[in-house]
Amino acid sequence: MRIGIPMESAPAETRVAATPKTVAQLVKLGYDVLVEEGAGAKAAYPDSEYVQQGAQIVGRAVVWSADVVCKINPPIDAEVDAMSEGATLIGLIDAPRANDLLHKLAQRRLTVLAMDSVPRISRAQSMDVLSSMANIGGYRAVIEAAHEFGSFFTGQVTAAGKVPPARVFVSGAGVAGLAAIGTAHALGAVVHATDIRPEVAEQVESMGADFVGVKVEEQQASSDGYAKEASAAYAQAAEAMYAEQAKVSDIIITTALIPGRPAPRLITEEMVASMKPGSVIVDMAAGAGGNVAGSVADKMVVTANGVKILGYTDLPARLPTQASQLYGTNVVNLMKLITPGKDGVMVLDMNDVVQRGMTVVSQGEITWPPPPIQVSAAPSAPGAKVEAPVKEAKPRNPMVNWIAMGVCALILLALFWVSPGGLLGHFMVFMLSVVIGYYVIGNVNHALHTPLMSVTNAISGIIIVGALVGLHSVSVSALVAVLSVIGILLASINIFGGFTVTQRMLAMFRKA
Amino acid sequence: MSITLISGSYILAGLCFILALAGLSKHETAKRGNLFGMIGMGLALIFTILGTVLATQSGSTTIPAGPSWAIAAILIAMVVGAGIGIFMAVRVEMTGMPQLIALLHSFVGLTAVLVGWNAYFEPVSAGDSLALHHGELFVGVFIGAVTFTGSIIAYLKLSGKMKSKPLMLPHHNLINLAALVVIIGLTVWFVLDPHLWQLIVMTIVSLALGLHLVASIGGGDMPVVVSMLNSYSGWAAAAAGFTLNNDLLIITGALVGSSGAYLSFIMCRAMNRSFISVIAGGFGSDGAVTGEEKDYGEFHETSAPDVASMLKNAGSVVITPGYGMAVAQAQNAVADLTSKLRAMGVEVRFGIHPVAGRLPGHMNVLLAEAKVPYDIVLEMDEINDDFVNTDVVLVIGANDTVNPAAMEDPSSPIAGMPVLEVWNANTVVVFKRSMNTGYAGVQNPLFFKDNTLMLFGDAKERVEDIIKAL
Repeated sequence: MRIGIPMESAPAETRVAATPKTVAQLVKLGYDVLVEEGAGAKAAYPDSEYVQQGAQIVGRAVVWSADVVCKINPPIDAEVDAMSEGATLIGLIDAPRANDLLHKLAQRRLTVLAMDSVPRISRAQSMDVLSSMANIGGYRAVIEAAHEFGSFFTGQVTAAGKVPPARVFVSGAGVAGLAAIGTAHALGAVVHATDIRPEVAEQVESMGADFVGVKVEEQQASSDGYAKEASAAYAQAAEAMYAEQAKVSDIIITTALIPGRPAPRLITEEMVASMKPGSVIVDMAAGAGGNVAGSVADKMVVTANGVKILGYTDLPARLPTQASQLYGTNVVNLMKLITPGKDGVMVLDMNDVVQRGMTVVSQGEITWPPPPIQVSAAPSAPGAKVEAPVKEAKPRNPMVNWIAMGVCALILLALFWVSPGGLLGHFMVFMLSVVIGYYVIGNVNHALHTPLMSVTNAISGIIIVGALVGLHSVSVSALVAVLSVIGILLASINIFGGFTVTQRMLAMFRKA
Repeated sequence: MSITLISGSYILAGLCFILALAGLSKHETAKRGNLFGMIGMGLALIFTILGTVLATQSGSTTIPAGPSWAIAAILIAMVVGAGIGIFMAVRVEMTGMPQLIALLHSFVGLTAVLVGWNAYFEPVSAGDSLALHHGELFVGVFIGAVTFTGSIIAYLKLSGKMKSKPLMLPHHNLINLAALVVIIGLTVWFVLDPHLWQLIVMTIVSLALGLHLVASIGGGDMPVVVSMLNSYSGWAAAAAGFTLNNDLLIITGALVGSSGAYLSFIMCRAMNRSFISVIAGGFGSDGAVTGEEKDYGEFHETSAPDVASMLKNAGSVVITPGYGMAVAQAQNAVADLTSKLRAMGVEVRFGIHPVAGRLPGHMNVLLAEAKVPYDIVLEMDEINDDFVNTDVVLVIGANDTVNPAAMEDPSSPIAGMPVLEVWNANTVVVFKRSMNTGYAGVQNPLFFKDNTLMLFGDAKERVEDIIKAL
């Protein structure tokens, strides 16, 4: 089958759906890859490199007539018309908001796999474009903010005076948020972050930020991997927290998106007004309505008090080389999944939740939305926490213990009473040795358990004494003598072997 | 020679043995401890041999010297034994340590049986109750025989000469119980009315019991079994001491016995299992594994060069080895990697689970042999809280000891077992030959975590590949 890689038609788009590297992988899967002339130019992938990896450079019409077309942005009408009937389209569709487009695609009897409808389960992560693009977006958001910000990110003490570090606040600890946290932290800023899901606090901290929680008796466990809208009480507490953060932060980066709905408004006008002049806000949700009051999609707005609000929606496209590579790899992983024979023949399996979830149009039939699937990664309801309960030791009545001990003592006493005197002396020695052994061993370092065993092994060779005593008599019978000598021999192996091997092991342990 | 002189030497020897065990508790004093053990043993041997070949006085009575050929027989037997012992000790590979120790246990067991039999044939010293004497020697032979065959089976399993899968006879617990009942019955009968055949039958039944007991325990429980046999060999010596009225044997046997019991207890606690359930055997082989068909998601594969560059950029690395490292003989390669990374300024530490390997402390000995300094080798409790701040964890040949199911899934067969919480680290690299389950037969969700990368192949080769790529 032929895969077509067209040049993106959106004017600001710089990315391309396949790079020379991913083309090579597609070819390996058995496909013929057709790349439109100049498709990768803006992402610094010249046509010649594609050819080197086995692609053909062709014109626009040929690319669109391929059996499978892989692109990034949703197709425009002319592009839909250019596709041959029954072909497959792979790309971002934004299915929840693309009713018209879906109908148009269905009319052309196409099959459409939406890269932005990949179910959020671990198995599908390797083709999750939203994650890979969000990662780039988060990074770029910090870079854009740094570009507009008038000071260092990192704190320094220089001959010209002390520079305090910038304070960055990141809202939303999804992939984009975490990438932003990591980047800002790497630049030396003091980073704080929040998220509606308190369970991500650990991830936030692992990236180098302090987690700022919303103090309210409500938690959200997301069952499908995405954040949801929250209740009124929560919203109030959250607003107070945002107001507080806005006052002290130099940079705010908001990443809060709710799939299929407008982005939540997190930063109000008053909060923006309370920020220091020169502060920068990056609203990564500007394209979906914006998290920040006054943000305009694709524009930088400067407020009356000198706060810059960046509403860029093309952040991933500002890193075209890297973004194309990641997007292309996501596509390759998808193709691997739907090319089970590695023979260049695409086979869609509608019983697979991943493939079913992505397929928004199937041979002219709209199949969106897919049946809901529950992600296994979610913990069960937070209230009923599954704390791997060790078999709980039944709280035994202490009286029972005491009584049991008393009974044992009485039985022992009775036994001692009837036992011959000589035995008791030995028994005393025995009991004391057991107790001493227990306490002495209790302190032994784990690492020395093996040498300990071999040394106790050597010591238990003391049984040789028993064998030696067997020879201590004038009238030793032949049988006893033979048994004794064998015993002496065996015990000697133990004694000498045990001590030697212990010595060998101990000599190996050394300090750094 | 005076009997009090001999007894006095025994007191000193007993003290030496206590000091030996106490010395073993710390690295700094361990060698001195071993030396004390040798001194104690030397004292006991010299005075016992002298007492055997010379006439001894006990109060006014004199026991005449043993036969004149005794000294020659003793020396020859000892020299031969010492030769064999030292030869084995010098030759043994550190990975083969579990086998050697199991084999050594069997010698103590067999000697205890021989001593018990001797005690039956020898005349009882005056003033000693015959019934008591017989009871004691019966107990001694019983423990010795169980230790002997049990250790032999443990040796065969550990050295791979016998399948380490647990032998599952029907009603295996009933068999053990029946054997015990027979032995107790014979003991009572023997005390009341001694005959040689009772001793023979009892010895055979005990031998069979030891055989069956250890045969029905699987390979992964071997740390417990080996320390349990260690304990038994001690009790066998103590029982011989009771039979022969010898306090040194009692002291030493009790010391060894309680130390082995304590080690077994530590091992059992590390697996969150009761001692009885380990001894009853058959863990993980009853087919009733609760790991129902579950979608664990996808695992992510990685390559040696990728791991190398990850390690280069890491600030702190923790390596958690398991039995697989011993199998692949990867300890020297791992040590190489460690010193390379340390030279590059990466903090490298080791996290050892108490039941990693086939012997208590097995991993520590292997790493020590490969010249990994012991102060970067930490126990589970010391390192578990540090995983959060660790960049990369290398899991080499470990499986169940790093299984998050033990903490997260109450229905898992290993639920509640303390494990190394490696998944809290930034990235986990798992070295594994295939996606097979571990000893407990439980699937490991760790492999499917998003921050886990799988590196397939022979652990030693893969580690060497990483070193090359560094």
